[in-house]
Amino acid sequence: MMNDEEKIVTDAQVRNKTLLSMLFLLVFFAGAVTGWKWLHKQPKDEGAPRPLRNALIANELIFENIFSNNHTAKTFSKKSAVPRVRVNGDAGMSEDFDPSSWKLEVIRNVNDTLRLSLDEIKALPKTEIIFDFKCIEGWSQVTHWGGVRFSDFVKKYGLDEQAKLQFTGLVTPDMEYYVGIDTKSMMHPQTLLCYEMNGAPLPMNQGYPLRLIIPVKYGVKHIKRIGSLFFSSQRPKDYWYERGYDYYCGL
Amino acid sequence: MKKIIKKHPLAIRWFHWLNFPILAVMIWSGLLIYWANDVYRVGWGDKTILKFFPDTFNKALNIPYRLAEGMSLHFFFMWLFAINGILYFLYLLFSKEYKLIFPNKNSFKEAWLVLLHDLHIKKGLPPQKKYNAAQRIAYTGIIIMGFFMLLTGLAIYKPVQLYWLCAMLGGYEWARAEHFIFTILFVLFFLVHVIQVILAGWNNFRGMVTGFEVIKPSGSPGLSETNNLTETIILNDE
Repeated sequence: MMNDEEKIVTDAQVRNKTLLSMLFLLVFFAGAVTGWKWLHKQPKDEGAPRPLRNALIANELIFENIFSNNHTAKTFSKKSAVPRVRVNGDAGMSEDFDPSSWKLEVIRNVNDTLRLSLDEIKALPKTEIIFDFKCIEGWSQVTHWGGVRFSDFVKKYGLDEQAKLQFTGLVTPDMEYYVGIDTKSMMHPQTLLCYEMNGAPLPMNQGYPLRLIIPVKYGVKHIKRIGSLFFSSQRPKDYWYERGYDYYCGL
Repeated sequence: MKKIIKKHPLAIRWFHWLNFPILAVMIWSGLLIYWANDVYRVGWGDKTILKFFPDTFNKALNIPYRLAEGMSLHFFFMWLFAINGILYFLYLLFSKEYKLIFPNKNSFKEAWLVLLHDLHIKKGLPPQKKYNAAQRIAYTGIIIMGFFMLLTGLAIYKPVQLYWLCAMLGGYEWARAEHFIFTILFVLFFLVHVIQVILAGWNNFRGMVTGFEVIKPSGSPGLSETNNLTETIILNDE
């Protein structure tokens, strides 16, 4: 009559097995709650509990493997670009900035800084891009930008050796906002040193005279009003990284 | 003396109970992330019936201004959710448990009868094995939903590197909306699931903890429909 899925047991056996299993489930949930509390008590590493920071770094190591210059952000037609571009964040945009004396500082080496005017940068071939700009907050907007491909810039100014270093750092003139980006992403064909928005010079609140447009990253990396840039084998400091966000922010 | 019958294998109980806290953390961290751009609502034109989420909800749960924390949690626990789900799916395939869960050719017809029965419109149920037709559809549906969560999540996580996936799901903004809608469906599934488990009673719940169910001797007083079902299982297995 009976198959092997069935058994006859005493009431006590049923009770004991049930108690034991229930106890185990209780211990399991207590463990989960304890683990959760433990996680939040861990020392912070750049604003994130250390285990979570390690996970973000591990994710970077995993997902940078699928990064390719052949993977490009989808581009759109000019008429899809919004006329009014959202302005987010004003760190590094101090009031006392004097654009007339601005020059881009490219730190090639210790005591070897290249200073370039906007006209010198504009003399390089112009590249335009209309893409879906993605903010780390979750919104996105199709916007139209123009500037010099960073890879063209590196070639023109003979920065090939420096560009072999793993990271690039960019800082605003007042040093209040700063980003660190893996140089691979900087050399992506859609990454621009940007001086135009919607076919006109960058507005002041969008980073005049020069900002970064890097479609393979969230908006936080598209630093406005670049003062200086440098290359490094170490991670340059990064404003939002210090506040608990992922360093890589790669899309 | 009692007669017991094996119900859920140990592996399935582990996958099930592990998924509970993992999914809870995924939904919680998802709320922290979503808050930074909380644009979804139910309504038309200027009329909003339900905003996701009302300010009182966000304030009560202390959700605002925790985007960084939400992202770091989400991008850690996503691995646990994915691994647990994939192992569960592989286990179903290799243990042949899937035969008890995936709908068969009668399930879609029978699920209707189960629904009418559960709503107390109609008495009696078609014969079933471990799960009835409605459960088969629901539990298979949740596996597909979990898989879809991974896909939509990946699409908004790496929309440039996985541009083809993002395009397949209707683009970046659609993928984000889908990820959100499926989370809501997950929560609704959870609510219905808990209600059903409460209605089914202790013996059924114990099955997911201990792995066995007790079969009451037939003809004894207090014989319920659940026991009739268990009887059917035995008959079918013979």
